[in-house]
Amino acid sequence: MGKTLFDKIWEQHRVREEAGRPALLYIDLHLVHEVTSPQAFEALRAAGRRVRRPERTYATMDHNVPTDPRPFQIQDPNSARQIEVLAANCREFGITLYDLDSPHQGIVHVIGPELGLTQPGMTIVCGDSHTATHGALGALAFGIGTSEVEHVLATQCLWQRRPKTMQIRVEGHLPEGVSAKDLILYIIGQIGVGGATGCVIEYAGTAVRALSMEERMTVCNMSIEAGGRAGMIAPDGATYAWLKGRPKAPQGAAFDRAVADWESLAGDPDAEFDRQVAFRAEQIAPQVSWGTNPGMVTSITGTVPNPSEYHDPVARRSAELALEYMGLRPGTPLRGLAIDRVFIGSCTNSRLSDLETAARYAAGRKVAAGVRAMVVPGSRQVKAEAEKRGLDKIFRAAGFEWRESGCSMCLGMNPDILQPGERCASTSNRNFEGRQGRLGRTHLVSPAMAAAAAIAGHFVDVREWPH
Amino acid sequence: MEPFRQLTAVAVPLDRANVDTDQIIPKQFLKSVLRSGLGRGLFFDWRYLPDGSPNPEFALNRPEYRGAGILLARENFGCGSSREHAPWALKDFGIRALIAPSFADIFFNNCLQNGMLPICLPGDEVDSLFQAVSAAPGAQIEIDLERQQVGPAGGGRKFHFELDGYQKQCLLDGLDAIALTLQHADEIASYESSRAGH
Ligand code: SF4
Repeated sequence: MGKTLFDKIWEQHRVREEAGRPALLYIDLHLVHEVTSPQAFEALRAAGRRVRRPERTYATMDHNVPTDPRPFQIQDPNSARQIEVLAANCREFGITLYDLDSPHQGIVHVIGPELGLTQPGMTIVCGDSHTATHGALGALAFGIGTSEVEHVLATQCLWQRRPKTMQIRVEGHLPEGVSAKDLILYIIGQIGVGGATGCVIEYAGTAVRALSMEERMTVCNMSIEAGGRAGMIAPDGATYAWLKGRPKAPQGAAFDRAVADWESLAGDPDAEFDRQVAFRAEQIAPQVSWGTNPGMVTSITGTVPNPSEYHDPVARRSAELALEYMGLRPGTPLRGLAIDRVFIGSCTNSRLSDLETAARYAAGRKVAAGVRAMVVPGSRQVKAEAEKRGLDKIFRAAGFEWRESGCSMCLGMNPDILQPGERCASTSNRNFEGRQGRLGRTHLVSPAMAAAAAIAGHFVDVREWPH
Repeated sequence: MEPFRQLTAVAVPLDRANVDTDQIIPKQFLKSVLRSGLGRGLFFDWRYLPDGSPNPEFALNRPEYRGAGILLARENFGCGSSREHAPWALKDFGIRALIAPSFADIFFNNCLQNGMLPICLPGDEVDSLFQAVSAAPGAQIEIDLERQQVGPAGGGRKFHFELDGYQKQCLLDGLDAIALTLQHADEIASYESSRAGH
């Protein structure tokens, strides 16, 4: 029987596997940030252990960092302490750190691919659930907890039970105005937030192949929102073209040799998956979430559902609680729903192409009165590149705040948060209760939908909007 | 790590599906550089009203569930963020085992890493435990990991649960996973040299 992309990477990284036990898997790249690592380093130190492969370990600061104009001061002493502790740990253990002063600082899942650290065929882990982002380049990348961070620091390996494989095929063409974000929100709406639990997802089909690398990252990023262990897309010409010349990618002849290796990773035609689902791209419209998990989503032409339509009592109760929290009534059309805040950013949608798309909707227009809108580039590189192209001027002229890079209002560990009751159009990945601030109400959308909502003051169907 | 063998404890019911780790331990508590003391942040936004007083409606605040050691939950418990602060907070609060129809993968692993037992049971069996606990709030549930059984304490129907043999052994023996891996240091080194250049 043929092998899937996942099977091939898994088999190349098995250090040890016995029947009935988890495999000991070698980890090629370990990414570290300030929030989920301090306890791991502390335990390592307490046990007198060292970092086995500091040269395979890279760190940055993203979750806590302020996004105010530089030079900034970190006001919260606890945030400041986490950042200091990470710097001290990296010094002590010899780990490369892209700190606040580095031109490469940014959200860990933005800078990995940007620097060329992320490469096809690699196993990649990070103490962060959105590590699946890196799967867009054909890597097996997944999030781990802090004890596992410690384990990888000490051994460069992890015990892993072989996950199931799930193929999600999307054929056809995405309509104009429908983005990669809409595609993944639609998929999660269809299969549910537990739809891929225990599985590594491989995205395939003509609509997936047609996505740019940054769009593929958006799709893989949200695999965890369907419960997926990881999400990946087989590398192809677009992957190699994107990677070529990046500082940490192989250079010159070594790059060509690497491509030859990577070419062999694609799944065999007769490979079998444990599960397969398929969708048509033409059926997808711009999406807006209405509830408190990313599976509670509908198209912009839809309405807020009525909980009484759910047969399963647990699902009905979830919908009731979600509507109560979101302050929404059944039957309310999403189109026209007024918003207070707009957040364009996060590891899902803060790359250059996301900002370019948003800027097309903002250009020459003004943010609606009473709406506060912010744009937070995913990394300092993205910010610099965007400024080179004048995007900052477009956003500023339209009344958006143009900020420094970091996770920002995706989770509000820094001062960027919603006030109770505020309704936000957000390009991030989680609309959980309180995620962006206690009692804040998050609607997940694409960068185009967020930018257009900022201008209109309410959700609009971007397919009808000139840009 | 402290071994886990048997547990008889009050079970507190949390009747919601898809409870995410942002809810289990909100972001403001992730700024700690310690593992300990997170119990006070557990389910913070549900446990406390906006004025800071305890929400009397929330199960974990109800006197009949005081001292609970088991959390009864619905499907996809622990979804979302990978934060291990979630099991740390539950453990700090006194929870050693959780029972639900399904758990998110990373959360499930994180529990095991902390000597906590996540038990998956079919939906109807979880339902019957919810009924048993709501019929007699404060009732205890007993768990026997060796025999892989769980049910109301002191008689009544016992349910069998599945757990991977390796994970079971790690819990029973309270094994340190890193020490276990370091026993294979030679294999790791030879793997590294065989893949040099990659
Ligand atoms: S941007 Fe949001 S989801 Fe992404 S790593 Fe940061 S906090 Fe997590």
